[in-house]
Amino acid sequence: MENSSKIFYAVLALAFLAGQGWGMATGGVEGLAFALFASLTIGGALMCIWERSVVRSAFSLLATFSGIAGFFVLLHSDYLAMAQLLIYAGGILALLLFGVMLTPPDLGERKLPRVLTGLGVFGAGFAWVSLKVAATAKWAVRDDAPVEVGTNAERIGLGFLRADQYVVPFELAAVVLTVALVAAVYIARRRPGDLVDREGDAA
Amino acid sequence: MGLEAYIAVSAALFCLGVVAIVVRRNVLYVLFGIEMILNAANINFVAFNHFQGGGLEGRMFAIFTIILAAAEAAVALAIVLNIFHLFNSVKPSEADLLRE
Repeated sequence: MENSSKIFYAVLALAFLAGQGWGMATGGVEGLAFALFASLTIGGALMCIWERSVVRSAFSLLATFSGIAGFFVLLHSDYLAMAQLLIYAGGILALLLFGVMLTPPDLGERKLPRVLTGLGVFGAGFAWVSLKVAATAKWAVRDDAPVEVGTNAERIGLGFLRADQYVVPFELAAVVLTVALVAAVYIARRRPGDLVDREGDAA
Repeated sequence: MGLEAYIAVSAALFCLGVVAIVVRRNVLYVLFGIEMILNAANINFVAFNHFQGGGLEGRMFAIFTIILAAAEAAVALAIVLNIFHLFNSVKPSEADLLRE
């Protein structure tokens, strides 16, 4: 492992431990779970940017998607957590890995100064904006909001089916998904002329 | 954990997604970055929904975002394969046929 990667992972591990301590101190068990999921999400994204190999980047997104599924559990959205795991961690990630397999590796593509500059610039921007927002924003949070208990998967399912709720967007989404998948197959297929051209190039 | 904590994580994930798109010279990282950005938006939808009470609107929106992200990933992968096939490269800057 290169030295820069050693430093990066050491910093990541320290930030993870500090985050766990902060979560435990501010929110007890829920804070600990939040800190765990947050470090999975952010750490996975950082690793994705950092790693030279595209395969490692793709697999580090698994941590990001799982952490977000954990957030959904904490936010009482069990159906969404399940959908997140099935569709993102199961489907989209497999699709991205398929793309990784079909393209050649380019280990010299990651330039360390560029990565550090990007992280620095956007980190500074993020810090500045969040300080501004934290100082001025008033969130539309209801203090008298009812506490959510139990599961809402059944309500979501009924919402998809009832005509006065989401049945039209639901059907539209189904049509869009079908069209997009058929179009993806159409775009990605090999045309009869391609093979001939390739052979002509080689000869 | 309050709403602010979720918004902070979501904003950080959004920034990292933009960094992934800007910093790496590979079409696949553009896809990774887009997935991160969409996920950051989803966290916001669900968090606001949760802290507003028992409604479902934000969750429904998040579900539709996930559906469209799946469609987008499939089409984008097909486009990436075509770009590689045409230009023999996965660098976004080398796909410049329209520039001539």
